[in-house]
Amino acid sequence: MKTTLQQNRFFSAAYWKEQLRRLIPAVKREFTTFRSSGAAPGVFRVMVLKEMSDHIRSWRVVILMAIIFLTCVGSLYTALSSIGDVVKAGSSEEEFFFLKLFTLSDGSLPPYFVFIGFLGPLLGISLGFDAINTEQNRGTLSRLLAQPIPRDYVINAKFTAALLVITLLFFLLSFLVIGAGLVALGIPPTPAEFMRILSFTLLSIVYVALWLNLSLYFSVRFRQPATSALSGIAVWLFFTVFYPLIANVLIKAAAPSPYATGRSIYLFERFRFLLMQVMPNELFSQATSTLLMPSVRSLGPLTMEQMQGAIPGPLPLGQSLLLVWPQLTGLIALTMICFILSYLAFMRREIRSR
Amino acid sequence: MEEATIVTRNLTKKYGDFTAVDDLTLEIRRGEVFGLLGPNGAGKSTTILMLMGMTEPTSGSVRVCGLDPVRQPIEVKRRVGYLPEDVGFYDDLSGLDNLIYTARLNGLSEHDARSCALRQMERVGLAEETAKKAGKYSRGMRQRLGLADVLLRNPEVIILDEPTLGIDPSGIRDFLRMIVTLSREEGITVLFSSHHLHQVQQVCDRVGIFVKGRLLAQGDIASLARQLFSGSTSEEGREYGLEDIYHRYFEGGTVNEDHTATK
Repeated sequence: MKTTLQQNRFFSAAYWKEQLRRLIPAVKREFTTFRSSGAAPGVFRVMVLKEMSDHIRSWRVVILMAIIFLTCVGSLYTALSSIGDVVKAGSSEEEFFFLKLFTLSDGSLPPYFVFIGFLGPLLGISLGFDAINTEQNRGTLSRLLAQPIPRDYVINAKFTAALLVITLLFFLLSFLVIGAGLVALGIPPTPAEFMRILSFTLLSIVYVALWLNLSLYFSVRFRQPATSALSGIAVWLFFTVFYPLIANVLIKAAAPSPYATGRSIYLFERFRFLLMQVMPNELFSQATSTLLMPSVRSLGPLTMEQMQGAIPGPLPLGQSLLLVWPQLTGLIALTMICFILSYLAFMRREIRSR
Repeated sequence: MEEATIVTRNLTKKYGDFTAVDDLTLEIRRGEVFGLLGPNGAGKSTTILMLMGMTEPTSGSVRVCGLDPVRQPIEVKRRVGYLPEDVGFYDDLSGLDNLIYTARLNGLSEHDARSCALRQMERVGLAEETAKKAGKYSRGMRQRLGLADVLLRNPEVIILDEPTLGIDPSGIRDFLRMIVTLSREEGITVLFSSHHLHQVQQVCDRVGIFVKGRLLAQGDIASLARQLFSGSTSEEGREYGLEDIYHRYFEGGTVNEDHTATK
């Protein structure tokens, strides 16, 4: 009898109204105490600025930026020197030839977007691997935490500062390529091309932020900066070198005979696609190639039925974005998972002096 | 009676099976210099972390300046200056820039931060060294810079964790004198943690003796001596000092001569 009564109460609107009425002041109270016990205004900005100036002054970042800058100039040069042939050939993508600056290569150097996929992780790892542990080893972390600031400001400021540095760098490079293209070609990019370049830049920032957060996690987890840097590089190597090998072995083992049914071949293709999708670098390269090459129409396996009636031609930006939406979501989700991990690890840690 | 600045009631901190601080009940009054005396690993630093709200007590309660450090850590940190053991600075910034950064973290504007930092550096005798990189500072100078750093926010309470570690004797003397002056002139409450009896005896109004997570005794030195030896002078007519009290507590070999009893 009693249980039915409770169940009734559980389903009644009045019960929930009452619960809500009780909940709202509690939330409000929590919020106001949180606000009133907060740090002085503008403190977060001061911390971010300090971290940014640390990054910009450090040799490590200067060297990395020089490498990336040289890469950019190198691939831009090869793209410019071979762009004449492409334009003359008169392909279906003729109208998007500004994007070729990012994707074209004469074979001596990989194109720009491949380079970014390769060097981006290195940039992210190098910006984050010593964020927390060096601070602790120098004895500044316990002093910092004794200041009237919320503890998460420390890790949030580190992340924000590194992200801003990356953002600045990538927008700089993209605009540099656009500018050089303007000067060399004399043709401005169309709005669609410009938007594609912007989306590509934002995507690269998300991708580097993923590696940044991963290395931030390692920097909370490991006391020695060398260990945390190596762990970051190990994960990166695993995904660029070893994981494709393992995936290949699995794919070969699972390959159906050429005479298998259509369904099993389709399932196998799905399996292969899934296996590849686990790699963040694969997500990134799929997304960038779709964004920079409007002719890419699909990333997964397609059946003949789906192809039927399709007119070969470039996709509009919206459709390209729609195509890479899962990849983009995946990358952002991975980034957030890494950040949440490092945030939790940092907030739970007891910080003693050195 | 005025409420004490720092009050702990049955404060306990456990790390797994290990009890770092065991049932600590302590009162530190406003404006006094309180010495927390004990060997390494006695739980002094853990107690301080709990006072600062940097780690949560397993049980018991803490009030600092009438605030609960677990619930209002930022308010507590606004009032309490904490000089950690072996304090570190950003080596590539000058001493002054380090202090300016701290001042800005405390909500001062850029201009105020600079003047405030300069004032504090002068106060601790580092006026000549403002432009020097903190990495080039000597141990004693770093410690004094740490004190300036703590004084930036005009604290009501200063907590010093082994502040004299690794400074030469004349440096120690200067440092202790500075602490006493601060306490007397500005009415700042000082919690001084150390394993050096002589230093504690030199500067502290009251002392708590802390061993293996337990507070064995607290009070001023004379009353501790009276409690223990029934009289403040020994048979030879010498006044009992902290050393005698300390040795009395550690008879039976719980602590050896160089106080290296550890967890």
